[in-house]
Amino acid sequence: MIDPKVLSQHNLTPEEYDLIVRLVGREPNLTEVGIFSAMWSEHCSYKSSKVHLKKLPTRGKNVVQGPGENAGIIDIGDGQVVVFKIESHNHPSFIEPFQGAATGVGGILRDIFTMGARPVALMDSLRFGPLENPKNRSIMDGVVAGISSYGNSIGVPTVGGEVYFGEGYSLNPLVNVFCLGLADRDKIFYARTEDVGNAILYVGAKTGRDGIHGASMASQEFGEDTELKRPNVQVGDPFKEKLLLEACLEVMDRHLIVGIQDMGAAGLTCSTTEMPAKSGQGVEIDLDRVPQRESGMNPYEIMLSESQERMLIACKPERVREVQEAFAKWDLDAVAIGRVTGDGQLRCRFRGEVVVEVPVSAVVDLCPMYNRPVQEGPGAASPAGLGELPLPSDLESALRKVLAFPTVANKEWVYRQYDHMVLTNTVQLPGAGAAVLRVKGSKKGLAMTLDGNGLYARLDPRTGGKIAVAEACRNLACVGARPVGVTNCLNFGNPEKPAVMCQFKDVVEGMSEACRTFEIAVTGGNVSFYNETEGASIDPTPVLGVVGLIDDLATAVTPGFKSEGEAVILLGETLDELGGTVYLKAVHGLEAGPPPAIDLGRERAVQEACLEAIELGLVRSAHDPSEGGLAVCAAECAFHSPAGIGAVIDLQEGFRPDVLLFGESQSRILVTVKPENAQRVLDLAKKRGVPAAMIGRTGGPDLKFSRNGRPLIDLSVAEARALWTNAIPDYFRVAGEAKS
Amino acid sequence: MKFGVVIFPGSNCDFDTIHALRDVVGRPTEILWHKDHDLRGVDCVVLPGGFSYGDYLRSGAIARFSPLMQEVREFADRGGLVLGICNGFQVLLELGLLPGAMLRNKNLKFLCQFVTIRVENAGTRFTNAGRPGQVLRIPIAHFDGNYFADPETLAHIEGRGQVVFRYCDPAGELTPSSNVNGSLHAIAGLTNDRGNVMGMMPHPERASEALLGSVDGRIVFGSILKAVES
Repeated sequence: MIDPKVLSQHNLTPEEYDLIVRLVGREPNLTEVGIFSAMWSEHCSYKSSKVHLKKLPTRGKNVVQGPGENAGIIDIGDGQVVVFKIESHNHPSFIEPFQGAATGVGGILRDIFTMGARPVALMDSLRFGPLENPKNRSIMDGVVAGISSYGNSIGVPTVGGEVYFGEGYSLNPLVNVFCLGLADRDKIFYARTEDVGNAILYVGAKTGRDGIHGASMASQEFGEDTELKRPNVQVGDPFKEKLLLEACLEVMDRHLIVGIQDMGAAGLTCSTTEMPAKSGQGVEIDLDRVPQRESGMNPYEIMLSESQERMLIACKPERVREVQEAFAKWDLDAVAIGRVTGDGQLRCRFRGEVVVEVPVSAVVDLCPMYNRPVQEGPGAASPAGLGELPLPSDLESALRKVLAFPTVANKEWVYRQYDHMVLTNTVQLPGAGAAVLRVKGSKKGLAMTLDGNGLYARLDPRTGGKIAVAEACRNLACVGARPVGVTNCLNFGNPEKPAVMCQFKDVVEGMSEACRTFEIAVTGGNVSFYNETEGASIDPTPVLGVVGLIDDLATAVTPGFKSEGEAVILLGETLDELGGTVYLKAVHGLEAGPPPAIDLGRERAVQEACLEAIELGLVRSAHDPSEGGLAVCAAECAFHSPAGIGAVIDLQEGFRPDVLLFGESQSRILVTVKPENAQRVLDLAKKRGVPAAMIGRTGGPDLKFSRNGRPLIDLSVAEARALWTNAIPDYFRVAGEAKS
Repeated sequence: MKFGVVIFPGSNCDFDTIHALRDVVGRPTEILWHKDHDLRGVDCVVLPGGFSYGDYLRSGAIARFSPLMQEVREFADRGGLVLGICNGFQVLLELGLLPGAMLRNKNLKFLCQFVTIRVENAGTRFTNAGRPGQVLRIPIAHFDGNYFADPETLAHIEGRGQVVFRYCDPAGELTPSSNVNGSLHAIAGLTNDRGNVMGMMPHPERASEALLGSVDGRIVFGSILKAVES
């Protein structure tokens, strides 16, 4: 009988252990306990989340592969598919920011090229605590350097993403990494073993003692001893992965293999059970043949190591030599470590003895699923109203504060460290909403974006879930792209707490409703629970990755103002709401109120109106007011205008001026059009029932806002841009260093 | 004429460069595998950007030992045209085909951005399609692009007009902030003594199509065509 202490170290409950005994037909040994522990961890099994994730729409006529594989696949026409996924690396990035973030990039890249796709774009959604705290600066510095180091070296551009700052992320930074690859539809590979007798090959880096039980680590809260977990974090080698990428794509292109799976979370355990499970077979491997970089490793360590840059391949026995030659070209080993069997068992031999013998289906498919208790937390039901919020006497200084608030401020300090142009497809550079890539050899463009506002989701989880989807799709609409598929990364606290589980359920239900409104399928993603340290949980943070298609790149639109004297039109309407805004936080120090309301029908109509106007060639620039509201939106259009063109805007609704300037009402898009086309755009909005109004003109060197003709703000674009641009670098500037 | 692009393990701008040469410049371009000993009769060898061998030791330090580099050296010695871009420039420095060395960028961060560079010498086979003083808008993407050489070497290459590009502001002025990586004399590109080998940190292959924001990089490729074909 296994000691209860050992079970608790493995995060297995006594009931789960009893089930394991029944499934194996005897008491498991320690290695077998480790195998179940890793595969039945929250990270690998989704045991707390699956009951809710089932509510997400996953089907659609363009969906080639939904959830359940390494990544989702969407058909983009012309025989091509996009393969994409987002995954979290939160826990490792807190413990060791550089390597944690770097291996997050490495892991998501393998998920994509495992399926036969060449990765062409990376994006990152990052959350850090306030930058006043040097610890948060050091985490951010390390995370950005880690992403930069891995992505730049392997040569996949980091084309976009988002960075938010909030108190709740101080001890729980979030690092969510998205990757998208391109493949020919008839060259997709899956994690399969196929026929009995096929050879099992181990390729890539050698196995060491790093990252043992990483999957379990990501499935528990952290306490004061977190630093001691540092050896659980893997170390990345982007050069090795580059070789692996090229070698794998080569053997796939030549159809030398039948199936392939990367060794990410739970390492060899995961690949040697999932691959045969999907083919209804078993696998027999010889652990002595597993390439090892340390001596004296035992079966437990070999099976549970999460050393990076490794893959497991199944191929016909007669192809082994050709596969090995292809890997040798890239100076990589490909070692036959076993074969596919028909008995449904994972059997591992070590020094001649059978040390593991467990049914793969039990490990992969029979983890108990939980419908954990759900209860609204205190104060969650009705977020406090804002009461009598004082109106700032100086709205111009309020705008300065909002522009310099790190969540709103220019992220150039971050993305300048990422190679965002390699592969020469990047049409829309980072820093301005959705990323846009060309597809070489066609007129098509791919747009992609990551969005999620944890504060909204904390204040109202269901609305927060809806807004995450709506805003991502809106970002795509602004460049002229229609959404084709969704991936999501759901970052939450401890699911065993009913209040957290309630947030999770509500966010997922909100996302589900929004995805149905937009008729887009969720093709996969990742859930990261246990983002709590010393009892403090993060804001519930859904991060939506939405991919869009532009039929003809010539119609794509960018946010920058194009020329003087254009009409500024607001599609959608501003409501009387200020809850959850950056303005409240940056100017009043409040995180309160209900988040902006959202009507999904209205949202879709606004986006359709914008898309129609873009496709008719009427739109010169488009950008959506999000964090920081209309004032920041207009300012960003000026910042992205190469000539620094300003605007004169008069707001005519009857609300308080701070609501008009900084409110974050949803379902709004600011477009500029040539004056002679203004009426056409207003008419086509009206036809769709979308409120639209001409609120100003582009031109001049300043940003001028007024309300019913009375001036509110007059700030030069140059000064505003400097505030916005210097805010983040100022936190990292070494004393005495000059501003560039 | 025929180009050849060398692929080292870890090269990652190889196919960008091949795309620019074949599909934009429109010339046949051979893939040259680093383990081979054959330059396939090309007129110009291009060492592309990337992280050859991971650049774990020092940028370009291992790639110089690749088998094909022996042929590249002999080709250069015979007067053949060799262009090194970014990591390729670093390899040329390590090979000793160009003088000097690269240090980490002055801010100790990787830098990816459009920069402006000024054509200092329009008389070389890599710049003859440009005008002296012309300002080109081309992206950089590197960690080690901070050019360094001892004073005698600097004096020598300056005296012989080997400095072909300098980082400048959009108006063509040399300012401290336009020298983003801190290079000595703001050097962004230079040739060898004979003018048949050039290294540059900016990526001309990333500035060869209007869709990507600039076509100024075509001046480099166009110059090579002019030099070889006329």
